[in-house]
Amino acid sequence: MENLNLVLPEIFISLSIMFLLVLGVFKKDSSKITFNLSLFAILITAIITINETFSVSRETLFNESIVIDSLSSLMKIITLVGGFLVLVISSSYLKTFKIYNIEYPILILSSILGMMVMISSNDLIVFYMGLELQSLALYVLATYNRDQLKSSEAGLKYFVLSALSSGLLLYGCSLVYGFSGSTNFDIISNQLNSNEYVLTFGIVFILVGLAFKISAVPFHMWAPDVYEGSPTTVTLFFTMVPKIAALTVFIRFLYVPFLNLIDQWQMIIVFLSIASMIFGAVAAIGQTNIKRLIAYSSISHIGYTLAGLATASNEGIQSSIIYISIYVVMNLAFFSCLLMLRRKDQYYEDIEDLSGLSKNHPLLSLCLLVILFSLAGIPPLAGFFAKFYVFIAVLEQSMYFLAIVGLLSTVVAAFYYLRIIKIIYFDKEKDKYDTDHSLWLKFSLTVSTILILLYFIFPSQLIEVVSRINII
Amino acid sequence: MNFPILSSLILLPIVGALFLFFTKDKDGNNYTAKYVALFTTVVNFLISIYLWFSFDQSTSSFQFVEDRTWIEGFINYKVGVDGISILFIILTTFITPLCIISVNNSVKNRLRDFLIAILIMESFMIGVFCALDLVVFYLFFEAGLIPMFLIIGIWGGARRVYSAFKFFLYTLLGSVLMLVAIISIYWITGTTDVIQLYEIGIDVKYQNLLWLAFFSSFAVKTPMWPVHTWLPDAHVEAPTAGSVLLAAILLKMAGYGFIRFSLGLFPIASEVFTPLIYTLSVIAIIFTSLIALMQEDMKKLIAYSSVAHMGFVTLGIFTLQQQGIEGSIIQMISHGLVSAALFLTVGVVYDRMHSRLISTYGGLVSVIPKYSILFMLFALASLGLPGTSGFIGEFLILMGAFKDNFLVAVIASIGVILGAAYMLWLYKRVVFGKLINEDLKKIVDLNRSEYFILSCLAAPILFFGFYPDPLINTIEVSVTDLINMHNTNLASK
Repeated sequence: MENLNLVLPEIFISLSIMFLLVLGVFKKDSSKITFNLSLFAILITAIITINETFSVSRETLFNESIVIDSLSSLMKIITLVGGFLVLVISSSYLKTFKIYNIEYPILILSSILGMMVMISSNDLIVFYMGLELQSLALYVLATYNRDQLKSSEAGLKYFVLSALSSGLLLYGCSLVYGFSGSTNFDIISNQLNSNEYVLTFGIVFILVGLAFKISAVPFHMWAPDVYEGSPTTVTLFFTMVPKIAALTVFIRFLYVPFLNLIDQWQMIIVFLSIASMIFGAVAAIGQTNIKRLIAYSSISHIGYTLAGLATASNEGIQSSIIYISIYVVMNLAFFSCLLMLRRKDQYYEDIEDLSGLSKNHPLLSLCLLVILFSLAGIPPLAGFFAKFYVFIAVLEQSMYFLAIVGLLSTVVAAFYYLRIIKIIYFDKEKDKYDTDHSLWLKFSLTVSTILILLYFIFPSQLIEVVSRINII
Repeated sequence: MNFPILSSLILLPIVGALFLFFTKDKDGNNYTAKYVALFTTVVNFLISIYLWFSFDQSTSSFQFVEDRTWIEGFINYKVGVDGISILFIILTTFITPLCIISVNNSVKNRLRDFLIAILIMESFMIGVFCALDLVVFYLFFEAGLIPMFLIIGIWGGARRVYSAFKFFLYTLLGSVLMLVAIISIYWITGTTDVIQLYEIGIDVKYQNLLWLAFFSSFAVKTPMWPVHTWLPDAHVEAPTAGSVLLAAILLKMAGYGFIRFSLGLFPIASEVFTPLIYTLSVIAIIFTSLIALMQEDMKKLIAYSSVAHMGFVTLGIFTLQQQGIEGSIIQMISHGLVSAALFLTVGVVYDRMHSRLISTYGGLVSVIPKYSILFMLFALASLGLPGTSGFIGEFLILMGAFKDNFLVAVIASIGVILGAAYMLWLYKRVVFGKLINEDLKKIVDLNRSEYFILSCLAAPILFFGFYPDPLINTIEVSVTDLINMHNTNLASK
């Protein structure tokens, strides 16, 4: 008998989804209660995950198609916390647009379920199932504000391009299956030693599909449009949570089934990383919409995360995980600020709308200042340490070119972050924004900003948690 | 020994800034904020004086060392001072309160935020000078960009945005390569602790590249020709207090870095690249002095003179002679005092006339005599007249240079003459001559606080000019030891 306790989080969250669906359909005006219950469900799932799986070093279930190890449990917890915070700060935004419906929390829960399956998958089919579950939920979320043209456009674009990438991924999976004779990661890892020409195609297809999901250059084209068009809270979700899951899958693919083919994929990852870092930094300079800008900024941040993965060392993987965790906190903080730019039921998303913010909203501007400098990677803020760890891992492998290109592109990226700071602090002020924000929004902004600001005092804790992850 | 005196020096300004953060900002003259900031910095100055008195001058080892685990098994928070760094710490804590007194006249809006930025800046600058771990050093070195960017950008002049961006991006671009070098050093030797690195030494085959990476950062910050162009812009647009901090202390970080890291960690490479430094320094001395002659903006002129003076400093450091290095340190301290004083004197007339152009002025001596006397003292100190601290530094540097390379020393000496030329010409055009501009007749002489600040700066300039022993005694043992270490390293390789 399998130890079902290990998949209790997934079981619990799927039961909650079914229950909430039934509740939502049969009870009238149930949006509020569905919201609260979903928050509760995520919280309980997170507690179960910590309790049941956090101390497990490595266990497999169901013919080794599911793996529970420190990587999967940590990433699941980050996913759940991210999902919780997104949900909790969404409500006032959704109410403003009159889309405060039961579907929203249920879709978020479903996509989280899909991601959790992805994160602990150890089998091509299980992985694909999880991927599709999360993608389908995300397509709907992108179009969630369906009365707005841009939102529908974002959803359609995302659907078409994502379906294409899923197709590539599936094709790659089938090629790999053909060569190894199994869908299980561990068995594939033992079987794939040859340098077959067609096998390389399989790997490339899988990597392309995954690069699409994390929006690495040159498979990033969907990101700016989708980020701009989707409702802001959904954009926040897009920039944080699916990336965590996709990154985990990336790590698993590269370091379990493809570990022996390192010569073939390392160059690809280095290329993706360099291209994302440079392109993300350069393309963001001309943007006028904050959400588009954040899309490009997230592309360049993904570039740094990939730089850690390209090192083929445990330190590299750990640094990538630290990077993505700090990035999630920074993104949460930034979007909390963005959601505060509201004046009489209208949200503002242009960079020009920040003009002179520091005169009327000194505290909010100070938070933005900290967040932006941190995103730019200036010490002593958390963003610097994220980059620092990645470059330590990169330089350990003597990949000087990657490190120097990465650091030079931080200088380019610093330019557009400075531009926002300039607009906030040096330019003429505009009208005041509303200040009656929900308590949760203030809470998430305060906590995340303090984390960014004071991370340098206790940097060891995060490293300690992450250093338990040893894949290779 | 047990009391963490250096950490308290670093932390105290931050505590003051936090306190200010929770006070209410008022428009106009915010006395509460000013007194809090002034009190914090004066206390900090007294602590640093106490540090100097309890400092043991007979040893070159690091004193008041604090060593705490910071990132488990990787980086330690390690601070300490030796004869070289202690003077820079005192310079920092001495200049900052004067900056705070001077904001009276120059900063009109958001005084509280300005003081917070200055206090945070002070703590980062002290951190740079006492860090004994490369990562900690880098952290403080880079973090200083944030407050300075804001000081120039928010409270600066008309082209402040351009200048702030230029300052930030130039310096950041220089420093990122240093970060690569620091991490590489960690992987080559297994530590980033400076004291341990001094003992272990770094393999010769890496030294040249690592030296260049550090050089790229320090050269921008010094600033050396041809990457000096950010400095005049930043100086011209920054508010007076910002210019003072920039010229007096920020530029010294790089000179200090050259001595502490380039010489200390990469002795072979320093020897290899000495011709490069000589060339750039000599160009900086001659070329920027000539540019300074042509300036019509007083602040710009002083900014270019800073570049020329820092050219002397880099020249002195890489003579690798006792006199040269001691001269460079004294020149940096002296330039810290003199350039601060000059920017403040320009600030005084700028606050009254709102013009920095030399042509606006002329004949000031007949309306504001007190001002003219002090200005003359600082101008003479800047050109290195015997009896002022500027002389001691330049003289020692040239002595070291003559020992090492005759030609370079001769060219550098021409720079001294050019320095006299632009300073005296500036003084002549501003202070002497006929009083043509009618508005100047209503100008008032120094008020009490300005008088106080300028006298505070004049006193050490004169004192150390006549009696430089306290400075030389403090640095002597450390410098001798540095040179001995350098020579043994050279001999063993």
